[in-house]
Amino acid sequence: MSKITLQDLSHSYLQSQNKDEDWAIRNVNIDWQDGGAYALLGPSGCGKTTLLNIISGLINPTKGKILFNNVDITKKNPVERNIAQIFQFPVIYDTMTVFENLAFPLRNRQIPEDEINNKVNEIAEMLELTSTLNNRASGLTADGKQKISLGRGLARSDVNVIMFDEPLTVIDPHLKWILRSKLKELHQKIKRTMIYVTHDQTEALTFADQVVVMHDGQIVQTGTPVELFEKPKHTFVGHFIGSPGMNILSCQINNGSVAINGTRIETSNSKIGISNFSKIELGIRPEFISFDKKGLPVKILNVSNTGKNKIIETESDGGKIKLIIKAGEKVPEGSAFLTFKKDYTYVYGDDWIVEK
Amino acid sequence: MNKTVNQKAWFFVIPVFVLVAFNAIIPLMTVVNYAFQETFGNNQFMWEGTRWFKQILVSERFHAALGRQVLFTLIILVIQIPLGIFIALNMPKEGIGVPICLVLMSMPLLIPWNVVGAMWNIFALPDIGFLGHSLNAMGFDYNFTQQSGDAWFTTILMDVWHWTSLVVLLSYAGLRSIQPAYYQAAEIDGATRWAVFRHIELPKMKKVLTIAILLRFMDSFMIYTEPFVLTGGGPGNATAFLSIDLVKMALGQFDLGPAAAMSLIYFFIVLTVCWVFYNLMMRNESKS
Amino acid sequence: MSLELKGIEKKIGEETHIYSTDLKFEKNTINVLLGSTLAGKTTLMQIMAGLDKPTKGEIWFNDQNVTGVKVQKRNVSMVYQQFINYPNFTVKQNIASPLKITGIDNQEIDQRVSKVADLLKLTPMLDKKPNELSGGQQQRTALARALVKDSDLILLDEPLANLDFKLREELREELPKLFKDRDCIVVYATTEPSDALLIGGYTATLLEGKVIQHGKTLEVYNKPNNLDSAKVFSDPPMNIANINKKGEICSLLADNVTWKTNLNLRDGNYKVGIRPHNITTYKEGKNSIEISGKVLISELSGSESMIHFTNGDLNWVSLSEGIHQKDVGEETKLFMNSDEFLYFDNNDRLVGNV
Repeated sequence: MSKITLQDLSHSYLQSQNKDEDWAIRNVNIDWQDGGAYALLGPSGCGKTTLLNIISGLINPTKGKILFNNVDITKKNPVERNIAQIFQFPVIYDTMTVFENLAFPLRNRQIPEDEINNKVNEIAEMLELTSTLNNRASGLTADGKQKISLGRGLARSDVNVIMFDEPLTVIDPHLKWILRSKLKELHQKIKRTMIYVTHDQTEALTFADQVVVMHDGQIVQTGTPVELFEKPKHTFVGHFIGSPGMNILSCQINNGSVAINGTRIETSNSKIGISNFSKIELGIRPEFISFDKKGLPVKILNVSNTGKNKIIETESDGGKIKLIIKAGEKVPEGSAFLTFKKDYTYVYGDDWIVEK
Repeated sequence: MNKTVNQKAWFFVIPVFVLVAFNAIIPLMTVVNYAFQETFGNNQFMWEGTRWFKQILVSERFHAALGRQVLFTLIILVIQIPLGIFIALNMPKEGIGVPICLVLMSMPLLIPWNVVGAMWNIFALPDIGFLGHSLNAMGFDYNFTQQSGDAWFTTILMDVWHWTSLVVLLSYAGLRSIQPAYYQAAEIDGATRWAVFRHIELPKMKKVLTIAILLRFMDSFMIYTEPFVLTGGGPGNATAFLSIDLVKMALGQFDLGPAAAMSLIYFFIVLTVCWVFYNLMMRNESKS
Repeated sequence: MSLELKGIEKKIGEETHIYSTDLKFEKNTINVLLGSTLAGKTTLMQIMAGLDKPTKGEIWFNDQNVTGVKVQKRNVSMVYQQFINYPNFTVKQNIASPLKITGIDNQEIDQRVSKVADLLKLTPMLDKKPNELSGGQQQRTALARALVKDSDLILLDEPLANLDFKLREELREELPKLFKDRDCIVVYATTEPSDALLIGGYTATLLEGKVIQHGKTLEVYNKPNNLDSAKVFSDPPMNIANINKKGEICSLLADNVTWKTNLNLRDGNYKVGIRPHNITTYKEGKNSIEISGKVLISELSGSESMIHFTNGDLNWVSLSEGIHQKDVGEETKLFMNSDEFLYFDNNDRLVGNV
């Protein structure tokens, strides 16, 4: 178990770096506390897997340091770092039984056999694998195999961190829910530092206490799921988190107040003072918009149903706006007016939230 | 019902069928014909029943040739399979080395059998051949045309040189298909190099290895041209493997009946081993 | 135009992959095949395309029996989960490839390619090779290839499965619009219930080689014929509990939770199916019922809270709007919206949903 610190990490897969795009990750600084559940969230190519491989020691960073419990381990190999990693595709040893698979990392470390027995049985119990312990691991279903990969990480009691690289990719949707809450439950039980890498916001937000959102090799925001949802610091975070994502609308500034083609919009941060930006936008999540008798005029374009909700796509002078209402509620025909909840409406200047 | 199944494709099969009929089915039928009859030329045939088969099955000459053949094939497999895997494991995985290695590896496979035999014959000649001359210069009493041990040594060395590449290429393909995550996980689990080989690489190579073994078994069990050109089966009968012995019997002594019976038995052995092997392979397949 | 499967059955050796299936898809519709992996979606699609032959049964297209007709002779397009494009062709050549073999003149090909590329937002990438594109763009190229040739039948086999969450969301939203004005039948296979709902149209639920229900997507979702169909079409998984009905009182067998119902059913034991979003931390609907439980785990997604809890010997899942943090082991009260309950009899058939 340990606290993980990343200091000024940058990595490039190229020999020489001339421009920002040559870097896979740039200037990453992170402080992760011992025993926390963290997630790295971002689209493919954002650098999250590179960062994960740097932490596990499979890649040597071009610049910067990694510290476990304030000890620099940048030059150590994966075995010396004492970490566990669960990959996208279940990695199991086909020739071994489930028991032998779970015991493998322990046997490699010359742990006494009776201790291994206890540990493996304990882990199997936790993961509900006890009945399959003597079966060939190759005969299991994808989620069973992924549990084994996870079990191999849990078996070692001294690991510094357990890392997950999109572990639910190959799992069927209805089993995804089960395995996902199982992970969360395990974390609460054993309190080890866990890092979960994914492009799936639902997985990241439900698993982690702190989520790091990455975009183009940089961290754009770190925060709790609620912070990321309620107050995205960057339009990318607004767009990427939430389904559908935040509406980003073009707007105008008149005498310090924000308006979309003459309709004034109250925002939570417009009073702060808006200096010179080349681009000013308004961000509002679909969850915080409702139909009203007056407000921003829109045309209704499309309605789709998610079972419990309706997603309504509308067209306004500031761009397309999506809003979410309950499945039972009525949708106005043709045109309508929208109002935004002031506390969750933000002004963004050059993609960043406008603050003091 | 207007079913429009197109049967024209069968026409394309006809040339192959004709070819196979001429070079396999018709000769095989002739062989079957000879195996049950005695002939003294002039197209005179006498029915012999299973006499030739009985004669071959108890003949010491056949046992000796079969023994030599089995020994040869076993030695070939024992050397080539592990050596092939070893080379494949040590081949570069990226960069300019990959194409260079692949070309080098496939070169021996591209040389015709008789040329291989002739090359090695000259290469191993004790007086002027590089191999033979060097060995003698180093103080070994080496002469593959006179000493049966040396003849075996040379034949095996030649076959290893010629065919190990096949095992290498197949194993290499198998190794390349392993996802990097497996190696990474093993590294994290603290696995030794041997454990990685035993529990990841070998199981993942299983399929291509069974094919490699099957191919090498068939080829080496039916080997003819290379030892024929190299040693001619000699000295004496020391390297007269089944096929060489068979040709000697059929064309040298003109014992067509026994030779035909022998070739059918030979054919049957190859077929049986392949069938057993194939079934074992398939059974393992369905288990996993 | 219609596609009809009549008594289609598929066996491989002793194993039945598709049990006798009747399905009819109408012109200009999107039809979702919803089921988990190995439910038979791909097999069914390959039979529809003519890539595979059924062991029994017939396929009719436009009132013509096309059972034995090869895929080359049918006007079919297919898009797969993997991004399948010609690696050494540019995007433009890839999209044009299905037209090249039809002998259409080049000018017309160019026109159609640029129109489809525009539709799929591929115009800036037309001269790139597939491996220079992102996953989403590669799949767009594959879709463009399927769209360019005016197929009668377009089969999409989990086309979004290999894409990132956000790209999936984006393309899923575009898909129904792409097919809107086309004269064709679209079949879309997926494992995700949310895909089916958002794509709309018609849905057939599949389980272990059997089509359980086929109808308008929202109807299948709101009125599943039976418990299996409800389970397949529920994400997160539906809560299912045994209940007893006596007069107008229903009660959970495992707990003393009771509620009134005006369902016209004989007294006896039934099962009730409750979707997670109908169990909330706040009251919803006119007839909300209190249920208590011990929290197993709570998951917060920023806008929603998923609380897993035990009641009786069952594990329940609830999904509420907003942030409701509960500690593990905490005793908690939740509310079930009984207006949304689904009642099933002992044969798992739907008997009421009021």
